[in-house]
Amino acid sequence: MSSTETPAPPAAAVSVLRAEHVTKMFGGLVAVNDVSFDVPQHSIVSLIGPNGAGKTTLFNMLTGLYRPTQGRILLGERDITRARPDLITGYGVARTFQNIRLFGAMTAVENVMIGHHTQMRAGLFGSIFRPPWVRREERQTRERARELLAYVGLREPAFDRLASQLPYGDQRRVEIARALASQPVLLLLDEPTAGMNPQESQALTEFMRAMRDDLKLTILLIEHDMKVVMGVSERVTVLDYGKKIAEGEPAEVRADPGVIEAYLGKQA
Amino acid sequence: MSELRAQLREWRAAVEKRLPWSSRGLAVTLIVIGIVLPFLFSSSSAFMNATIIAVAYAVMSLGLNVVVGFAGLLDLGYVAFYALGAYSLGWLGSGFFFKAKVHVLVSPVASTLPGVHLNFILILIGAALICAAAGVVIGLPTLRLRGDYIAVVTLAFGEIIAEVAVNGQSIPVGGGMTLTAGNLGISAVDSPYFPGIGSFNLLNLRPWYWLIFAILLFVLFVNLRLRDSRLGRAWIALREDEVAAVSMGIPLVKTKLLAYAIGAAFGGMAGAFFGTYYTVVNAGQFQFGFSIFILAMVIIGGLGSIWGAVVGGLALGYINNYLIPNVLNNLPSKLGFHFQLTSVEFGIFGFLLVIMMVLRPQGLIPERRRRLELTARIAAEDAQLVETQGPAGGPT
Repeated sequence: MSSTETPAPPAAAVSVLRAEHVTKMFGGLVAVNDVSFDVPQHSIVSLIGPNGAGKTTLFNMLTGLYRPTQGRILLGERDITRARPDLITGYGVARTFQNIRLFGAMTAVENVMIGHHTQMRAGLFGSIFRPPWVRREERQTRERARELLAYVGLREPAFDRLASQLPYGDQRRVEIARALASQPVLLLLDEPTAGMNPQESQALTEFMRAMRDDLKLTILLIEHDMKVVMGVSERVTVLDYGKKIAEGEPAEVRADPGVIEAYLGKQA
Repeated sequence: MSELRAQLREWRAAVEKRLPWSSRGLAVTLIVIGIVLPFLFSSSSAFMNATIIAVAYAVMSLGLNVVVGFAGLLDLGYVAFYALGAYSLGWLGSGFFFKAKVHVLVSPVASTLPGVHLNFILILIGAALICAAAGVVIGLPTLRLRGDYIAVVTLAFGEIIAEVAVNGQSIPVGGGMTLTAGNLGISAVDSPYFPGIGSFNLLNLRPWYWLIFAILLFVLFVNLRLRDSRLGRAWIALREDEVAAVSMGIPLVKTKLLAYAIGAAFGGMAGAFFGTYYTVVNAGQFQFGFSIFILAMVIIGGLGSIWGAVVGGLALGYINNYLIPNVLNNLPSKLGFHFQLTSVEFGIFGFLLVIMMVLRPQGLIPERRRRLELTARIAAEDAQLVETQGPAGGPT
């Protein structure tokens, strides 16, 4: 497989993530079909497509929850195609979920502390005997979690409430904070604006840019809200029936006849 | 009505604010009571005997609570680790391996006998290590499964170990020695001996009590430390949502294995104690029903709750070994029935479980998280009631 087959990255941009001919089959169903794309460093890239196009399946492969049937996934120079999900998180990929998956019986702060798990060192004996460095690590993790919660805009009284009892918008915030706690280089957001009103979506759009700049992140997002997609992304990749049907800058993609057809159906 | 409720809430908040201090005071008080308790009873009374067994049950209950309560892995074969712990004692503290001659810090009598005779503390550590290793071996294939499948496979492993124990007298380990003594049992096991204190004997149960109480405190300490640690958080996260936990960087198999091995080690320690306390390691002790019995302790106490596991273990221990056989056993015959209460004890436990599930499904001392979840749900329902009934509040 030569590298010339993959689309050339934009000039002078190093790609953080590169998927090469990734295919995922469930039995006879081809959920993702020979998709190649890359995510330039420090960019915001959107993945769009109708329902069932394979976007979340692709996310699950990128984070190691699914193993690709074919193809290769590279994080920087590292091949993460068959790596375990917890290792991939350690390498710097964090994600949120389409339908929020917080740990309901844990407080907001504890949820974010879980996100910091890969950055901590306390093992079995450290946890039992609790030497000074473990105490320090624990305290710093807790402080950092509170900082992150404040950063994503949660208000103080909500910090120590159980995640399952937070209002929907706050749960979305906690999930982003939890992902940020693993100190990722690449953040995957799966429909972050689902269930938000236009004002909230607008605020989140701005927040994504702020995150990218503050934390030197690269963001890959799945999004249905075209206003958000067009407003925030530098590049857009379009999937339909598991195949990549278009890729490019938002304006180009919006004008692409194939994309219009996928979304609106074939014109008579 | 609503004013009263607000007042109650205020008091509760005030009490909870002082809790760190009062809980420390409570802990010290309980430890002191635990230490002086044997002086209140005759040193070889039935109550003392029941207390010792109940405390050992609490140790097992704490061990299983790590597996089932913290990590959410339903283990129906916990008796396997009771068996392995007891056999560790049989192997390392008796004349069973008669060709060997190993003596480490044992009583003058035991040091003249053939067999492996180690000090009880060493056996305790050995039992914990053997069971933890067995937990890893059993867990590696098992813990890749999820939910109910784990329950079924652990049940099977529990039965396998019990069968191996029964048939172990046909498994040679060399030199004419066998793995277990089957239903004959490994008897004449060493009593615990400590230099300067001497050997324990069954005429004076107090030292036995202090020994198991010390083990309980150790296990309790480890439990409390683990609960509020990186590892404890990871277990809760796995219990809550496996996919999310793994995506947040928690290694699935390793973290589950740790829970399983730690639970196994505690079960093994209690098993070793039972081995020496009952003076015999008999394959017939390790029945499937015992796994369920320990699980019932955890559930009655409050799944995931450390203090609940202790209370559940003590409660069922006392009911099983004192209340039913010593206090209420002849109650049916006094009422004109021709049976003894001991013959229906499993029925009684079943009945207790049903009553608990109806009246207090969260357990006697629910885990903090579950309590929070429950009170918040009630508060939400209250709020809804107020909304539907208008701001003036409900009828008084």
